[in-house]
Amino acid sequence: MAITGLPLAVHPTSASSSETLTSADVARIRQDFPALHQMVHGQPLVYLDNAATSQKPRSVLDAIDHYYAEDCANVHRGVHLLSQRASDSFDAARQKVQRFLGAAHSKEIIFTRGATESINLVAATYGRKNICAGDEVLITAMEHHSNIVPWQMLCDEKGATLRVAPITTSGELIIEEFERLLTPRTKLAAISHISNALGTVNPIAHMIEMAHRKNVPVLVDGAQAVPHAAVNVQALDCDFYAFSGHKLYGPTGIGVLYGKAKLLEAMPPYQGGGDMIRTVSFTKTTYNSLPYKFEAGTPDIAGVIGLGAAIDYVNAIGLDRIAAYEHQLLEYATQRVSPLPGLRIIGTAREKAGLVSFVMDGVHPHDLGTIMDRQGVAVRAGHHCAMPVMELFGLAGTTRASFAFYNTLEEVDTLVAAIQKAREVFGQ
Amino acid sequence: MNELENLYQELIVDHSKNPRNFGKLEPHDHEATGYNPLCGDKVTVFLQMENEVVKNVQFHGVGCAISTASASLMTERLKGKSQADAEKLFTEFHGLVTQGTADAAAQERLGKLQAFSGLREFPMRVKCATLAWHTFRAAMRGEEPDISVE
Ligand SMILES: Cc1ncc(COP(=O)(O)O)c(C=O)c1O
Repeated sequence: MAITGLPLAVHPTSASSSETLTSADVARIRQDFPALHQMVHGQPLVYLDNAATSQKPRSVLDAIDHYYAEDCANVHRGVHLLSQRASDSFDAARQKVQRFLGAAHSKEIIFTRGATESINLVAATYGRKNICAGDEVLITAMEHHSNIVPWQMLCDEKGATLRVAPITTSGELIIEEFERLLTPRTKLAAISHISNALGTVNPIAHMIEMAHRKNVPVLVDGAQAVPHAAVNVQALDCDFYAFSGHKLYGPTGIGVLYGKAKLLEAMPPYQGGGDMIRTVSFTKTTYNSLPYKFEAGTPDIAGVIGLGAAIDYVNAIGLDRIAAYEHQLLEYATQRVSPLPGLRIIGTAREKAGLVSFVMDGVHPHDLGTIMDRQGVAVRAGHHCAMPVMELFGLAGTTRASFAFYNTLEEVDTLVAAIQKAREVFGQ
Repeated sequence: MNELENLYQELIVDHSKNPRNFGKLEPHDHEATGYNPLCGDKVTVFLQMENEVVKNVQFHGVGCAISTASASLMTERLKGKSQADAEKLFTEFHGLVTQGTADAAAQERLGKLQAFSGLREFPMRVKCATLAWHTFRAAMRGEEPDISVE
């Protein structure tokens, strides 16, 4: 019995070390994802809703199962063997996240419920402490609701103002406007790395540099970025970076906040409870050191361990190859989808991640989504938690196909056939 | 594919593309707006009531084919109905789209609205079809529409 409690080999594709994934690599990879091999409505599943959540490889499911079946104990509390094994796996996962993000210390990695909670944590602690009446928080026009509403709530509470950097009709940030909106009143910039509704990849390194020149700290919402591109928080020099495990082939309910130690140390705690304290008496409580100061209560131990396994899995394939292959999928999909009559792609930034958001004349996104579902094609239809983006484009919603490295060119063909079927239904 | 064709049958596609009784009704004495935050569908129903009878009813708004066609066919069916009959029709339509059943008498009363029986196979889309009905009933009763109940 392995003491660490994580004896699971990771073996996604020991295959070619070329710069992208070959179709043989993808075929092998697909074998690792049990959910991909099923029929829906009598058709083979074509899962193209990866920006909402990704499917999980067997190694992640096994790691979670292993924790519950063999190592189930609370962490950092017991002297017994099971607690030691659980704690070892838990701590190892934090180090995996640290290396994955290129963070300087594992104490800069805070576990949360997801990107949403990570952003709320910063708003509730850093934000409450540092943002006052008359101050400004700067976001962009392409943010997910989770990177809008926490700042709106904070600004309301404090009498501060939320500023929004505009985007072009292709969905690119107008960088000069972003720079112009960084003023002495700006106390924080919160920007998405990759837009979930448009696929735009923001030039965040450049934006962070601009903000820092004006002494504005930057939170990056990396929910859509970490599954698809290598991220190094030290190279970026961002102050906070947030992401969710479930979009990174890991379990739901677990997420990460990276923060620079210097900032985290100066921040008040988030929630009160067990694990986040050093000593408690009824007159005074002293807080634990990082990262525990921000992790009150029993954490999602299985989630953390599952996330660690997901990172192992992604690393074994290599994010550079994943990015290269997903770019091929994007190019092929764009080339196949854009000539369809009456179809318009929403989000045509030059730097784009693997998703295609589109509208079609005379066919509402929800009808498209339903018709495609009956052909086995799972896509997202609606506002994608980015209502301001939809409003900007004058749309109630779009239909979005978002890719992962386990998708194939043939699946893109099925997507196109499904769209054509929808046109037939509506006699377009 | 049959289920799909049953849902998007000609009558529904036609009403979604060419909605009847579309646009603001002037004058009107009742009005309500229903919104489905999940998909962004929004419909406003305008009523002219006379002696507890629906004298005239129109709608406007944006939505998917199912919600637009449902609103359109609803307005056709409701004109001239008493408030009590309209309430009954609401219940029968609701039963049709959620359970897919209606007894013979109800079938007769539903008429063309029976085209929506295929929704039974599409539980995620039931709200689309009932949005206009909830909004109509709220307008008639002078209440706020509540579509969170499906
Ligand atoms: C860009 C972006 N930010 C934040 C989130 C929120 O992630 P979660 O719901 O996992 O907290 C999402 C998820 O849809 C997203 O796409």
